[in-house]
Amino acid sequence: MIKLDKLTKAFETPAGTVIAADSINMDVGDGEICVLLGPSGCGKTTTLKMINRLVEPTSGKIYLNGKDTDRYDPVELRRTIGYVIQQIGLFPNMTVEENVCVVPKLLGWDPGKARARASELLATINLDPAIFLKRYPKELSGGQQQRVGVARALAADPPVLLMDEPFGAIDPINREVIQDEFLKMHRRLRKTVMFVSHDIDEAVKMADKIAIFRAGKLEQFDSPDNILAHPASRFIAEFVGTDRTLKRLRLVKVGAAMLANAPRIGLGEPVAQALAMMDDHGQEFMVIVDAAGRPHGYVDADTVRDRSGPVGEHGLPLPATVRVEEDLRAAVSTMFMHDVRWLACVDRDGAFAGFVTQRGITRLLGETYRGPTPRPAE
Amino acid sequence: MIRPGDSMETLAFILHNLPAIGQRTLEHVSIVGVAVSLAVLTGVPIGIAITQNKRAADIVLYVAAMIMTIPSIALFGLMIPVLSLIGQGIGYLPAVIAVLLYSQLPIIRNTYTAISNVDPALREAARGMGMSAIDRLRQVELPLAVPVIMAGVRIAVVINIGITAIATYIGAGGLGAFISRGISQTDSRQLVTGALAVSLLAIVADYLLLWLQYRLTPVGIRPARWHLRRVGPKVAA
Repeated sequence: MIKLDKLTKAFETPAGTVIAADSINMDVGDGEICVLLGPSGCGKTTTLKMINRLVEPTSGKIYLNGKDTDRYDPVELRRTIGYVIQQIGLFPNMTVEENVCVVPKLLGWDPGKARARASELLATINLDPAIFLKRYPKELSGGQQQRVGVARALAADPPVLLMDEPFGAIDPINREVIQDEFLKMHRRLRKTVMFVSHDIDEAVKMADKIAIFRAGKLEQFDSPDNILAHPASRFIAEFVGTDRTLKRLRLVKVGAAMLANAPRIGLGEPVAQALAMMDDHGQEFMVIVDAAGRPHGYVDADTVRDRSGPVGEHGLPLPATVRVEEDLRAAVSTMFMHDVRWLACVDRDGAFAGFVTQRGITRLLGETYRGPTPRPAE
Repeated sequence: MIRPGDSMETLAFILHNLPAIGQRTLEHVSIVGVAVSLAVLTGVPIGIAITQNKRAADIVLYVAAMIMTIPSIALFGLMIPVLSLIGQGIGYLPAVIAVLLYSQLPIIRNTYTAISNVDPALREAARGMGMSAIDRLRQVELPLAVPVIMAGVRIAVVINIGITAIATYIGAGGLGAFISRGISQTDSRQLVTGALAVSLLAIVADYLLLWLQYRLTPVGIRPARWHLRRVGPKVAA
């Protein structure tokens, strides 16, 4: 969808020529979120702004959907690309509705259609149109303003969205919320997004692909997991942090690390059967489920070895469970909190789905280091 | 020259000459009103144009400031030989031209400052969304510049209500007629009447223009103050 071909920008300054972007090659697929990451002055914002030609490239080409952007008038081009900036830049003299309708109006939409679109978008970003359409930007909180900023960028339904540190000025709590909302919306709309950030955690959370820049050069362009597991250089390893393997916990869902088809036993079954099943599976413990399949507790092989009767009477309570759609970071955090080595997992309906163990998680994360690596880290 | 008891005589003079005072006020307002309106039509576009070029801006603002330093009586004098060429050496036209020239600095400077000071983030957002330079000016920069431009217009009007009082010496009429006659006839009643009327006119004009400034300011950037009356539907308690 977005293809950058040897894209280069050189600025002439009194101190000499500065190469802000040096022969950048990138290819971002349809519906992907690509995060441009790096320290300030690394060229990520310059690269982003060349895509909608707020910055004219010195050389190189940009293709959107296979079409060379040089063939378009820059003003016309920008109307087909959504643009969100950190300072939000809502026009204070316009209502929320007028702000959202800016691009449709520039494109000459019928005013009724533009208004309907504004209403629809406001509902999408969880702001009640009846309340917010006629408000002015100064009457909104920072988080609400940035939501409107995103709605405004989406107004004319552009296939490509450029976002320049869009959530950088929002407090950490709201930032998480608005990131989640954005991801949810993205799953539905499947826009191709270029997203500038300097925050590795944000990048890992949002990105399908991460492009790491340093001094105008694209250092590594890969999936978040590969960047964290196999940083291409010492610089990247330092930039993503010494806890980079922990960050990978965020990328894996509990479901992927979970031992499914784990043995389970009903409340009323005899202890002897539980012991037999545990021996069969080589397990030290087993989850007891109720009639609805929900985890009720667990039995420990050693403590029930010489007991009898239904397992329900000998069960121990589960300190916590984790949902399969949560990420491993949540699972590990719960394990640490309760000082346990394994956790029972539940599906959306609360039914027992399997369990994750600390060993299982470390093995899963370690796999990529044991196999043949595409690029060895320095 | 001014003696106790004059105030009563002045009051009597004012009451006896209300129609003449009204007539002079109209002349005064006509000179300032026409000249400042023309000044808005020239000064605002000039102020916008010079935001594109720092050097041009420096030169234009310097010239406008120089004009401001010419004493009004001298400017009227200078215009007599020039405008005599078209038979308008004295009277209404030179008065209007003088006021027009004196209005340029506050109007150009305020327009220039207001447009230059529009938040760069707004300009970037506007550019990034595909607004042309004209779109940006019309939809963003000018609406946001309104309060500051209007403040310049108010300054121009108040200054020139004072300057127009001198225009009576070139036969342009206005409230200055009472003052000049009061001086030449050593008649404090006329002198005080003229001075009072000019001051009052300046205060009233400033207040009206402040109200106009408030009305012209886009709702989204209006200060909460100055709510003369509640606008829009009341929120149910």
